[in-house]
Amino acid sequence: MGKTRKMVLILLTLVMISSFAGCAGGSGGKGSRKSITVYNWGDYIDESVTKDFEKKYGIHVTYETFATNEDMYVKLKAGGIHYDVIFPSDYMVARLIREGMLQKIDLKKIPNYKYIGEEYKDLAYDPDNEYSVPYMWGTVGILYNTTMVKEPVDSWDILWDRKYKKNIFMLDSQRDSIAVALKKLGYSLNTRDKMELKAARKELIRQKPLVLSYLGDEVKDKMISGEAAMAVVWSGDAVYTMKENPHLAYAVPKEGTNLWYDAMCIPKSSKNRKEAEAFINYMNDPDIALRNTEYIGYSTPNTGAFEKLDEETKSDATAYPDNQSLKDSEVFEDLSDIISTYNRIWDEIKAAQ
Amino acid sequence: MKQRWMAYPYIVWMILFIVVPLALVVFYSVTVQSGAGIRFTMENFRRCLDPIYIKVLIRSVVLALISTGVCLLLGYPVAWILSGKEYSKKKILYLLIVLPMWMNFLLRTYSWMTLLERNGVINFLLTRLHLPPLHILYTDGAVVLGMVYNFLPFMILPIYSVLSKLDGSMIEAAQDLGGDAFTVFRRIILPLSLPGVVSGITMVFMPAVTTFVISRLLGGGQFMLIGNLIEQQFLSSGDWGFGSALSVIMMLLILLSMGIMQRHEQESEGGVLW
Repeated sequence: MGKTRKMVLILLTLVMISSFAGCAGGSGGKGSRKSITVYNWGDYIDESVTKDFEKKYGIHVTYETFATNEDMYVKLKAGGIHYDVIFPSDYMVARLIREGMLQKIDLKKIPNYKYIGEEYKDLAYDPDNEYSVPYMWGTVGILYNTTMVKEPVDSWDILWDRKYKKNIFMLDSQRDSIAVALKKLGYSLNTRDKMELKAARKELIRQKPLVLSYLGDEVKDKMISGEAAMAVVWSGDAVYTMKENPHLAYAVPKEGTNLWYDAMCIPKSSKNRKEAEAFINYMNDPDIALRNTEYIGYSTPNTGAFEKLDEETKSDATAYPDNQSLKDSEVFEDLSDIISTYNRIWDEIKAAQ
Repeated sequence: MKQRWMAYPYIVWMILFIVVPLALVVFYSVTVQSGAGIRFTMENFRRCLDPIYIKVLIRSVVLALISTGVCLLLGYPVAWILSGKEYSKKKILYLLIVLPMWMNFLLRTYSWMTLLERNGVINFLLTRLHLPPLHILYTDGAVVLGMVYNFLPFMILPIYSVLSKLDGSMIEAAQDLGGDAFTVFRRIILPLSLPGVVSGITMVFMPAVTTFVISRLLGGGQFMLIGNLIEQQFLSSGDWGFGSALSVIMMLLILLSMGIMQRHEQESEGGVLW
């Protein structure tokens, strides 16, 4: 009796330990079936596309999402899960390249790369197009409700107007919010100047009593239901919300803004490069890219998909602004060497009362 | 001998999920990773003493204390009603208190957002009744409301379990000796129920002081509590050292408050509930 119980308990202990060990190793393919893990922004794809990809190629897709570039970076760096395709933005692509965390992509394996427009190639974050394939692009601007904002919106200054106290949503993303203040003050959003950053911090703390909330993806629902007069949003979200609520309008301030590109990359830790390249290629098929851009509202760099868009969308200045309105806009550069200054500023803004 | 064998799976469990993680947190808090390797330092703790972080800490404690106080004021009478013999719908009331806890915590907190919104359900009803609308979402008030709503059962249940075991003859004796209702409550019932009150306070204060979900959702990301600060260090900033140092301070704070509570419990010589 005593012996049996002993055995049972030892067994139980072993089972416990081995099951934990099992958790650690289980992210790869099960059996012979190929599988990839895709790590994308939340709400940033027509999810039926991944289902169709699975059907067509027989590759299982595990789909995970993140809310900001920084969240994605920390999780990738921690290395618990081997992601095969990730969707970082410009400055994060540059940082990942610099830190040796990306594999080179063989463009010969991505025949649909030919559809990428010339203006989206050879960009500063990946000058030789070795590591990334553009997915979407856009701007940051002010989404406003025309029933609550009667004056023209053309400057970041309006976000500091006392009239709109507790009627403003800001982005809960440190680089984007600090960039708004830098641009308002007429500085570059890639500044390394301590005094300029300090001034931006002061502006944002001064603005805080006017801000109703710092939001992520929820901002779309809140603006559609008319919770606030204005919100700082990414252009694609503006396209989506304006479709849902006709009183909403979008403006890119005259001081210039952040022009951004999100790209698809393959992390170094990926063991399924062939499948990852197949996925990236599939995403650049004009019909698939069209489905994605129509579903999420963001602007596609895929000329094949662009041609298939209806005329109204093609001429929509929110999604496809002309060069004139973007002349003072900048693309984020990698500032990870002074990231602790940024973290510190953001902490102070969030903690301020 | 037999009993010791029984404990082995539990010891493995403890080592894996309590001792190892704790050791890791302490290790991260006293080290800095640089290009050259790992270096021991007190830098992370020194940074915690910065006024802006102290302010965050104080704010968390104050909000948690307010919610604990409100929970106590609301919870004690409810527990009293529950334990009373005269109330016939006791079972239903008990179920109503426990039932919401079967639903997901995040979901319940999220639904408060919809209720409290400017154009939300509550304001819709208020304006229909020609009352002024409430602007409470994304304020301290909403965070306290969320805490009280989520943690109230943890106050009611321990007090209820102590009150329902009260020796009725003591109360009768006090009444026989001429004590009026208030005296009986003050001299007999309250002292005897103190262990439940103390458990309740600990069980509400601890989750309240560490929460980050409630303050994130209902506070709108602008009222940073210590939980949010720790979360940000781990998930966004990637500064595990500083995050761990904050966690260690947090744990010390909780240990301290538990110590004070424990002492109280011994003084009032009541049974410990958990």
